[in-house]
Amino acid sequence: MPPSTSTAATPAATGGTALALRGVSVSFGGVHALTGVDLAVAPGTVHGVIGPNGAGKTTLFNVACGFVVPDEGTIERRGEQLTRLRPHDLAGLGMARTLQGLGLFDRVTVLENVLVGADRHARTGFLTALLGLPRAAREERALRDRAMAVLERLDVASYAARYPASLPYPVRKRVALARALAAEPDLLLLDEPASGLGADDMTELGDLVQSLSRDEGVSVLLVEHHMDLVMRVCDEITVLDFGRRIASGTPAQVRDDPAVLAAYLGEQVG
Amino acid sequence: MAALRTRAAGWWSGSILGRHLLVALLGLVVVVAVSESVSDFRNLQLASMAYLGIAAGGLTVLTGLNGQISLGHGALMAIGAYTTALLLDDREASTPLPLVVLAAVVVTLVVGIAVGAAAARLHGPYLAGATLALAVAVPGIALYFKEQLGGEQGLRVVVPDIPTWALDLAYFVTGQDLTRSRYVAYLAWFTLIVTFVLLANLSRSRVGRRWRAVRDDEVAAELAGVRLGRSRVSAFVVSAAAAGAAGAMMAVTVRLAAPSGFTLTLSLTLLSAVVLGGLGSLAGALIGAALLTFLPQVVTDLGVDAGLSDIRAAELAPLVYGVVMVLVVLLAPAGIVGTVRGAVLRRRGRSAPPAATTTGAAADPTTSTSTSTSTDAGPDPGASPGTSTDPDSTATTTSKGSTT
Repeated sequence: MPPSTSTAATPAATGGTALALRGVSVSFGGVHALTGVDLAVAPGTVHGVIGPNGAGKTTLFNVACGFVVPDEGTIERRGEQLTRLRPHDLAGLGMARTLQGLGLFDRVTVLENVLVGADRHARTGFLTALLGLPRAAREERALRDRAMAVLERLDVASYAARYPASLPYPVRKRVALARALAAEPDLLLLDEPASGLGADDMTELGDLVQSLSRDEGVSVLLVEHHMDLVMRVCDEITVLDFGRRIASGTPAQVRDDPAVLAAYLGEQVG
Repeated sequence: MAALRTRAAGWWSGSILGRHLLVALLGLVVVVAVSESVSDFRNLQLASMAYLGIAAGGLTVLTGLNGQISLGHGALMAIGAYTTALLLDDREASTPLPLVVLAAVVVTLVVGIAVGAAAARLHGPYLAGATLALAVAVPGIALYFKEQLGGEQGLRVVVPDIPTWALDLAYFVTGQDLTRSRYVAYLAWFTLIVTFVLLANLSRSRVGRRWRAVRDDEVAAELAGVRLGRSRVSAFVVSAAAAGAAGAMMAVTVRLAAPSGFTLTLSLTLLSAVVLGGLGSLAGALIGAALLTFLPQVVTDLGVDAGLSDIRAAELAPLVYGVVMVLVVLLAPAGIVGTVRGAVLRRRGRSAPPAATTTGAAADPTTSTSTSTSTDAGPDPGASPGTSTDPDSTATTTSKGSTT
């Protein structure tokens, strides 16, 4: 499992972070989406990012994934600076991300969806695949077992042969999560994983996220609107407003922060 | 007995290559049986069905599995055909036929890398435009280099004599002398079977899975570690290589490589064959090729029987083809194979009992062969909703019953 090796590798001061953004600024044609944002995800913890709509949460995620190249600032992973990060590098770096819009592959089955997520564990080359060598078949079986195990863990194994479009939204949501987990990342980026879920599903999601971080040492970066979920599962929270970090700390600290109350929570916590 | 069945089913689901080879072998038997029982003229038609099938198979991988459109596959076939013609220019040409085909594939593959690299950056109509340019430009090259490529007249292709071992083998197996047309039909169909086995292998592997992922959602595929450009180029190159093999077989069949054989119509025809049969399905590509080859003939004969003049009857063929095309697109947008398989899957999904693990796995070959002609090279790549996907894992089969 990747988590243990990664966290043990560099116990140095900065080496300990699963992901660190330092002084990240992004602007889109004059609009400052992010201004000098710092954020550090400690290994094995759940780090929440909250903020009102348009605060820059998704941009922050996109920077962490290489979709958006920051104008300023650096991204570090396990103490090493990631220059020229591209989205396809994530899997190799032990990172996985879910998308707000799910982004499931609609014309293949649920199982195949998860298999794509597990692809980073495969080594079969093009020629081996072309010739259908036994090695390819063996690896394929191993991948399938792995994918089925993840589907079972998320209670959606019974949908393995179905096509995503025919499934209810909460199930699709789980499939998307299964696809991310199948890569066995040690850093998981969840973009609004609870949106569209009912109370029960949300509770289960919270339990899952906590068990991932506590029992398996997976670090989680979480963007979420549902305050109760964020407050329950996060070890640390960063609050953004208009592209700036206005607060960070434990849920309790953030909850009582006057700046946060003013900017965001005030209306809800009241 | 039950244990044996389970083991057989396990082997069937476990060995992808074994399964494809078995279907290929069955296909070969059918090819021999059909080819031996029809006339020389029909054998040449069979050969042209085969080369169209090879090209359509390559195109269905590109369009059906990877979502790229190509209007230039006729041009890629031309490259394979001209390579073949240049290597087989007279009776003394000593290059063995397999090497000639290999050379045609390699040359087309190299061109495919160049075109694919450009295509990987383009989408939808832009990609169609770029490949359209290819379709228009390549025959022009043959006209420009008159000396080397024969201009409008094209290059004659001299098919080497049938090797004695082939004559002996054919006589031994069938008890008939091997005619040249039959030899050409065997060559083309053998090439088709090899190509389809390789394409089916790819489609079933992680390579094919990544192609589909890129087709369905680029962003999600990229996040899963798929390199979009590389995946697109590889699909294009594979597809081009198949077109090269098809071109070589076309040259051998019609014994000529001339610009008039590789007009834009050929490219469009291939695309229509793929759509008719069902995008992403090799069996569909084959059905499409069969329709292309035999439908005009059948319609013309029917027209003559109905009392039309020869010319009138011949004019009927494109009309009927067009009507078939429109009907398929309107009534069965997943193509022939996609629609049939969707219906089979729905029915099986309703009736399959949850415990039927082994029967589920064993039921797959019957469905896949019943929907396709027996020369199909294996369970086909699924592209449209309702295509077969995972008969392999027993867990999948069990779950199908329990969820429905």
